[in-house]
Parts: sequence; structure tokens; C-alpha cells
Amino acid sequence: MNAPVEYLLHLADNALILGQRNAEWCGHGPILEEDIALSNNSLDLIGQARMLYQHAAELQGDGATEDRLAYFRDVPDFRNYTLCELPHMPLTAPTSAGDRDFASTIVRNFLYSSLMVLVWDQLQSSKDAQLAAIAAKSLKEVRYHLRHSRDWLVRMGDGTDESHAKAQTSLDQFMSYTQEFWTASPSEAAALANGTGIDMAALQNDWNQIVDAALQEATLQRPAAGGFVPTGKQGMHSEHLGFVLAEMQSLARAHPQATW
Amino acid sequence: MTPQISPPRTATVAHAWGLLESLTDPEIPVVTLRELGILRDVREGPAGLEVVITPTYSGCPAMGQIEDDVKALLQANGLQGRVVTQLAPAWTTDWMTEVAKDKLRAYGIAPPHACASQASGSANVVQFAARGAKPEVVHCPQCGSANTTETSHFGSTACKALYRCLACMEPFDYFKPY
Repeated sequence: MNAPVEYLLHLADNALILGQRNAEWCGHGPILEEDIALSNNSLDLIGQARMLYQHAAELQGDGATEDRLAYFRDVPDFRNYTLCELPHMPLTAPTSAGDRDFASTIVRNFLYSSLMVLVWDQLQSSKDAQLAAIAAKSLKEVRYHLRHSRDWLVRMGDGTDESHAKAQTSLDQFMSYTQEFWTASPSEAAALANGTGIDMAALQNDWNQIVDAALQEATLQRPAAGGFVPTGKQGMHSEHLGFVLAEMQSLARAHPQATW
Repeated sequence: MTPQISPPRTATVAHAWGLLESLTDPEIPVVTLRELGILRDVREGPAGLEVVITPTYSGCPAMGQIEDDVKALLQANGLQGRVVTQLAPAWTTDWMTEVAKDKLRAYGIAPPHACASQASGSANVVQFAARGAKPEVVHCPQCGSANTTETSHFGSTACKALYRCLACMEPFDYFKPY
């Protein structure tokens, strides 16, 4: 049994786009250890994306390759959560790189990793054997990502007034984007129907437990749910994804025949 | 889980096994790919010799080098073969041999502890040690002291964390359980 290609692309695009975002810290981390940690995190995510793209390309056939999928698709073709493409800063801040905010990075990684430990755990029993194998590897990696972001979340939330305020602001801004996790897209519904995907809505309670326990320890307030539900995984993105792709894809597109 | 290595079946396979047995990891050249559990099998496939390897971390940049090293070694010895990458069962540091762990320690890297029981089920995922709880004890590979502290979860490569010994004051790498 094979997972729908679009479902594999959704999982791959999440990993690639967040991996690209976190890699923006490479050479700019607040301290050397965090520079290395975020680069390692990106390496894992991009590695996961590669395995998923390779699988999707094989299923798609027709000359598809992992590089074609990563570098030659445009914004409406990407299926990642909108959360993954947002810049590392409160949404009301100017979006220049110099305003990159470490608290935003940590909060986003925490929200995403808390989800993915559950998703990869369940996908280990996917009827798509290759997806199940990728899930088993990714789970081992995301556990370390969650541990890292959770530790920092608690340290910042239960830290100084300034670190607490920054963590709370990021949480207030990003939490509403997590609503996208729970509403099934057509490809998620198709994957669930043929036994290769999972029921995302059924993960919500476990996710809430992970998140609420950490927020309590971090003395942060969970913002009320509600508001606009983003639609990134259906190809309708924020204005930020185009800029991410422009930077990430320009080299490959300037040299489309290049090999290495 | 123990490594599933099929016994040598032909002279060619046996020859290739003999060669690959001594091939070392490009990042940590004191241990072999076999000892790390990366080299899974050597077999006769429909199109000739097949060397089966399994990746460590998903994004480990050494995997490309390992594939090249395997091919180069076979070629240098007049053997034709291809490298097959196999994801399942997922690589784990529990496959690492005791000999390999001793070699890592002698090289200055604290070897990985056994992976905690991580059975499927979300109940396992939400368990975290409370802040302030004593984390796992990693002994300093230089002086053997248990008085060490984690500097960073992530180190010089994807598979390692950064530690510091509070007895001899030396920094060192810890190979993380995976």
C-alpha cells in the first residue's frame, strides 16, 4: 500500500521549510551551542524531508526526483503548515533578519515537535512500509528536538521578565496557527482511508497534555483558541513562503542541470 | 534487536565481507561500519554483489561518503557491486558492539547508554524528567569521573552531545542513544 503522494509532500514540506527556517540561525545563533543545536535540528529535518521526497518521487514517477520536488515547485504546490514558514519573530515586527527572535524559534519548534512525536509514533504502523520506516527514524530525532525546545521554553518562560514576555508574545502569535493541525485536508483524509495516514483530530488530547504540562512549568498562559484557521497544507500560504522559497531555490534554478 | 547478518554464501560474498569488515567510519575512524551497525549485509543480488547499509541520523552527511568508500574499496579489489540503503529496521546505537564502545572511549568519546524502553504508545511520549531531576550519568572518557555536566544536547555531529568533566575539566563528546 502506498501513501498518497500529496500526503508525503505535506510531511516532507513541513520538514524542509522548518529545516530551512531553523538553518537561518547558522552562523547567527545567540550562543555557539545554540547555533550548533539549531543547525543539527535542521540537518535532521532536511534529512527527513529527503527520505520523504525520494519516496514521493518514486511513487510519482514521470522523471520526478527529490531535487525537482524541493527546488522546482512554487508556493501553491507546497503543502506545509503555515506555522513552519513564518519568520522567527512576532508577526507585528519588521521582518528583517536582524530582528530574528530566539523565543519565536523555540516556541515554534516546541509546538511542532510536540505534534510530530505523536505523528511519527503513529505513522510507524502506516500500511506504507517505506513511510513507516521513515517514521521510526524520525521519531528518534524529534524526541531530541522536543527535549531541546521544551527545556528552553521552560527556561525562558520561568526566567526573567523579559524572557517571559518574549516567550508569551511568541506563544500568543503562533498558537492560533496550530489549529491547522486538526482539520483534515483531502490528502490526509485519503491517507487515513487507505491505512497509510492517521487521524489527526485523535491526537489533539495528547498534544494538549504535552503542551499544557510544559506551559505550566514555564509559567506561560495558553492563549484562547479561535480565529482564522490557516490553509498552508492545502497550498494557500502566508506571504512569507515565497521569500523562503526564493532564497532556498534560487541556486538550483540558476543551474538547473547541475549535478554534484 | 540484534543485527541480522546472513552467513556468507559464496566465495565472492565472503571475499567482500572480508574487505568491508575493516572499513571504518569517515567521521570516527577508530570504529568500523560493522561495529557501528551501519553495514548490515553483503549478498548476491540479481544484478551482482549488493552491500546493504542503513543510515544513522536522517541527515547524517557521512552517508554519502560511506557509500563512496564502500564502492571504492570493492573496485580497488576487482569487485563490482552496488550499495543498497535500507531504512528498516531503524538503526539504533544499541547495535554498537562492546568492542566499538571501548574504542570510542579510548578515542575520547563517551559511548552511548542503552536506549530507554520506548515502546509504541503516546503515553511514553509525554513523560519527561522534572526539571532539576538528575539526568543520566555520563562518565568522562578521559578520567572516568561521573562528575560531568551536559553543555549542549547537540554537538559537533548529529549523533553527539557536548559534555564537560567537572573533575578533570576536559570537554568531551557523548554519543547519544538513538
